Amino acid sequence: MSILGTRVVRAEDPRLLTVGGTYVDDLREPALVGAAHATFVRSPVAHARISSIDVQDAREAPGVVAVFTGRDLDISPSPPAPMVTAAMARPALATDVVRYVGEAVAVVITDERYQGEDAAELVMVDYDPLPAVVSGEDAVRGETLLFPEAGTNVAWTGGAEQLDEHLFDDCEVVVTQVIDNQRLAPAPLEVRSAACAWSDDQGQVTLWLSTQGAQAARDELQRQLGLEEGQLRVVAPDVGGGFGAKIAADPETAALCAASRRLGRPLRWVESRSENMIAMTHGRAQHQTVTIGGRRDGTVLAYRIEVLQDSGAYPRESSWLLPILTMNMASGVYAIPKVETAARSIVTNTTPLSAYRGAGRPEATAAIERAMDLFASEIGMDPAEVRRRNFVAPDAFPFQTPSGITYDSGEYAKALDTVLEAAGYPDLQEEQRRRRERGDPLQLGFGLSAYVEITAPDNAVGETGRVEVGADGSVTVYTGSSAHGQGHATAFAMLASDELGIPMDRIKVLHGDTAKIPKGAGTYGSRSLQLGGSAVHEASVEVVKRARHLAAELLEADEGDIVLDRDAGRWHVKGAPATAVSWGELAQQAEGDGGLAADSDFSEERPTFPFGVHLAVVEVDVETGAVRLVRFVSVDDAGRVVNPVLTEGQRHGGIAQGAAQALLEHMVYDADGNPQTGNLADYAFITAAELPSFELLPMETATPLNPLGVKGIGEAGTIGSTPAVQNAVVNAITHLGVRHVDMPATAQRVWAAINEAKER
Amino acid sequence: MIPAPFAYRRAGSVDEALSLLAEHGDEAKVLAGGHSLLPLMKLRLAVPEVVVDVGRLQDLSYVRDEGDAIAVGALTRHRDLETSDLLAREAPLLSHAAGFVGDPQVRHRGTLGGSLVHGDPASDLPAVVLAMGGTLVARGPRGSREIPAADFFQSLFETAMEPDELLTEVRIPKPQSRGWGFEKFNQRAIDWATVGVAVSGDQRPAIALVNMGGTPLRATAAEQALADGGSVADAAALAADGTEPPSDLSASADYRRHLARVLVRRAVEDARGRA
Amino acid sequence: MQVTIRVNGNNTTHEIEDRLLLVHYLRDVLGLTGTNIGCDTTSCGACTVHLNGESVKSCTMLAAQADGAEVTTIEGLAGSDEMHPMQRAFRENHGLQCGFCTPGMVMAAVGLLREQANPTEEQVRSGLEGNLCRCTGYHNIVQAVLAAAKEGGAR
Repeated sequence: MSILGTRVVRAEDPRLLTVGGTYVDDLREPALVGAAHATFVRSPVAHARISSIDVQDAREAPGVVAVFTGRDLDISPSPPAPMVTAAMARPALATDVVRYVGEAVAVVITDERYQGEDAAELVMVDYDPLPAVVSGEDAVRGETLLFPEAGTNVAWTGGAEQLDEHLFDDCEVVVTQVIDNQRLAPAPLEVRSAACAWSDDQGQVTLWLSTQGAQAARDELQRQLGLEEGQLRVVAPDVGGGFGAKIAADPETAALCAASRRLGRPLRWVESRSENMIAMTHGRAQHQTVTIGGRRDGTVLAYRIEVLQDSGAYPRESSWLLPILTMNMASGVYAIPKVETAARSIVTNTTPLSAYRGAGRPEATAAIERAMDLFASEIGMDPAEVRRRNFVAPDAFPFQTPSGITYDSGEYAKALDTVLEAAGYPDLQEEQRRRRERGDPLQLGFGLSAYVEITAPDNAVGETGRVEVGADGSVTVYTGSSAHGQGHATAFAMLASDELGIPMDRIKVLHGDTAKIPKGAGTYGSRSLQLGGSAVHEASVEVVKRARHLAAELLEADEGDIVLDRDAGRWHVKGAPATAVSWGELAQQAEGDGGLAADSDFSEERPTFPFGVHLAVVEVDVETGAVRLVRFVSVDDAGRVVNPVLTEGQRHGGIAQGAAQALLEHMVYDADGNPQTGNLADYAFITAAELPSFELLPMETATPLNPLGVKGIGEAGTIGSTPAVQNAVVNAITHLGVRHVDMPATAQRVWAAINEAKER
Repeated sequence: MIPAPFAYRRAGSVDEALSLLAEHGDEAKVLAGGHSLLPLMKLRLAVPEVVVDVGRLQDLSYVRDEGDAIAVGALTRHRDLETSDLLAREAPLLSHAAGFVGDPQVRHRGTLGGSLVHGDPASDLPAVVLAMGGTLVARGPRGSREIPAADFFQSLFETAMEPDELLTEVRIPKPQSRGWGFEKFNQRAIDWATVGVAVSGDQRPAIALVNMGGTPLRATAAEQALADGGSVADAAALAADGTEPPSDLSASADYRRHLARVLVRRAVEDARGRA
Repeated sequence: MQVTIRVNGNNTTHEIEDRLLLVHYLRDVLGLTGTNIGCDTTSCGACTVHLNGESVKSCTMLAAQADGAEVTTIEGLAGSDEMHPMQRAFRENHGLQCGFCTPGMVMAAVGLLREQANPTEEQVRSGLEGNLCRCTGYHNIVQAVLAAAKEGGAR
């Protein structure tokens, strides 16, 4: 029986549970003996010209080895995203102008960790304040420019150049809503960290980095540091979560490598959480205007979304990738005849934006799913029914959307029905009616969200895999994908084991070391299993093919007569199992000939499109506005499931993060660009006490686009749950006249919305 | 983040603590459980030159029945308040509220005295002690003095404690009536109270508010209305009278006033339900 | 100053800076890197260890305050066994993903069961409010603690 699809507990856990992982700060590598510590000096102001930096006092402080400013270190600026003017490039350390609170202006190197914080306080930077651009409106108005040479605060525009004034002409009902998809902090539990050691002749450098992609980090840093290809080795040890914010190498990393080279001494860097909250990239931050129109029978005829994407101070992926993904996924699971999208990305004096679990897709889903509820409410129809009427039909796949992308497979109505039945939808409606009738202070709300998302959107980039059988019959799997909690070591070993018939405990999975895996893309965009897993699968298939050839030679038989007994993990001639050869023997046989191994570089013809339906149930205390999430039911169909344990874990985590956006989390700035939620006491990171257990329902619709039939699952939970919870909050108080509550739906906001509705 | 350098001095007795405080004056801070002080020191919002650790003074950790009153040692931890049978019987408001301070780890370290002396108006226990009419006992070079809770909290993070004094005991008069109520409203369970309400008594209760001003406050108008025989709803409507709550990230002043009214009603109803 | 702290059953004595936090004593002085640091505001609980058998956040304690005390970290939880029942329950219930919050979460969970041997789901949830996890949504952590309660996880 195949191991695929079975519940296998994780191979990586015993170590993590008994001695803890080896994260960057835990490394005790010989190369790092005697390492000094780097502490960054960060701007306390949002926008200012730097008139001087006085490092004298800091240099004289105890334990200080050196203090470097941007002018001291030779680092090429990070270019902005493609299609953005080069005038918006970012220096590793600010030299002339700081553009957000938290931007690094200098780095202090000390013998001991504790000395760094003391000395950093002594670096005196003279800031000549400039007006801060914080709101989208201010940025667009452009009275103050972050990059005067660029002539504008608009970094990028996309989609419709001119809005179609006839888009909604055929509609009986048109609803418009302005939606704030608020700024979030990714906040992985492990902050950013790195350690760096150069060889004695400074020809080679090794960087241990908490990253989602060692190879991408290597390429970026080699360029910034002016290194030849092959000079930099990047190693990702255990990584304590990334959520999209550790995809690339951040500027601090380049500064660390440059400082280490200057000093001829290994360096370590671990930021504090208070730094992390303002200096690691943020996510979301889209201001949207959505308009939906259709007939009173529930048919949606047209939909428009206009996106204002806040890119923060320096445009990265945020400026184009996030709004493009939002626009691509604009119409969601619905067959809407006319869809119009338009986007602008602006720069503001805030922390730069980048990917955060979902990256542009949750924003699309939140918009269309709010719009569907608003439309349903306007025509007085049940939101489930409106959704059902507009779903893309199961026989319409592959389905090309008006945005021009092609969904591979889907069963949207089936997912909806499954969720409604499991949730007891009529009972929920009845309970809500009862509470409304008796004027219960604790009102019940339920919200739906039907989503489709794009996974492995950079399908053509592909992923590498290598499978090697050792002379002892053990297997090493190399992958360009890069786990930071997802469970690759388990899932990829299952894939190899399934093909090779070698037990999982004999299979080791390696990732995140450019010396061992020179080519790889990394883990992001819910791509790992479908691309990296497929590569491991293909390499395994190829190894079996080569082994068959070797076995035929050894056993002096036709290849066609050679059988792999997967249960025993041995090869024999058909009908003669007594004379068998082992994997180890075959590997020994292949030793002179490059070993028994195969490589694969797998890419998909198109991305895949997982989908699902989420239903959230909340209780709203209408006297205080407090919201409590009491139930959560979900179907998440990500194609074939290799290990339900892992997919469920991804769904749980995603749902919680989405619910956190809907109810609690918000990275807030004041009007002068000062972050107000710059630590974990102020930023409302969700805890176990705010969440219920989740009710997950299985569903698998295979994709034809890869041999495993799998789609991505890493981001789906977040994408679906956010609008489900938000819709549930509105639903609980809609009888009081409330039409919309922006996220996060904090108690105060809900209370204000109820009051406002009363006054209307 | 880590505290700025300081000198650590450990007191082996109350007298030793007092002499250390006398020696270092304003430059010293008293460290008990450390859950108010150390977070501030790590953020470098507090930068004492000397830290006097009184955490070993086990003789200041007790809950004792003294007839008319319960005496609680200043170094009694939240966890010990929460699990004290004596408090559960004689002053259940205090043990109940202690179970809502911070999180379990914080309650294993944080102390009643530390929480009171810190003078944070967003803290739960100062309001509880105020509602219960507690008296705080401070020892200094001039001996002991008793300070009624009503006089103890003077303004934001300011109390009646002198820099050379150590809080040693909190005396809680045994409540005359059985009723009590406690409401803590926050966004997440681990957050400080956006607004909190402690009610001691039932028919003519004392009502204290958390985070409705620079200090814990009595809701005197609401208390008076109840004492005059007014309805709970009418009295609760007066709960925010005379308060000047802060406006901050978690709540506007208006919202806090509204919450105070709702929570006082609920807490008084609970108190009467228990009576 | 000099401190002597019994860590995982071994007496350790070191000369330290007065301001050294217990978590850095464990990680940097003793090399016990299982205990992690996730924040600087006593919020996340990643640094949770047992002090004289009770869960505490080792980032909000001076090493000096632990002088003479008994500290247990994730490395010492199982004692001579391969895994403590709580560690086993976390594995069997997939109660961890990236693993960073895990040592603190496990220590908090064991501490919770010591004080409440048979908690309800709600009690587990509020009992873990001082420990943040970004990966699991807490679902499987709660399942693990409930499962461990049945298997002697209070040990």
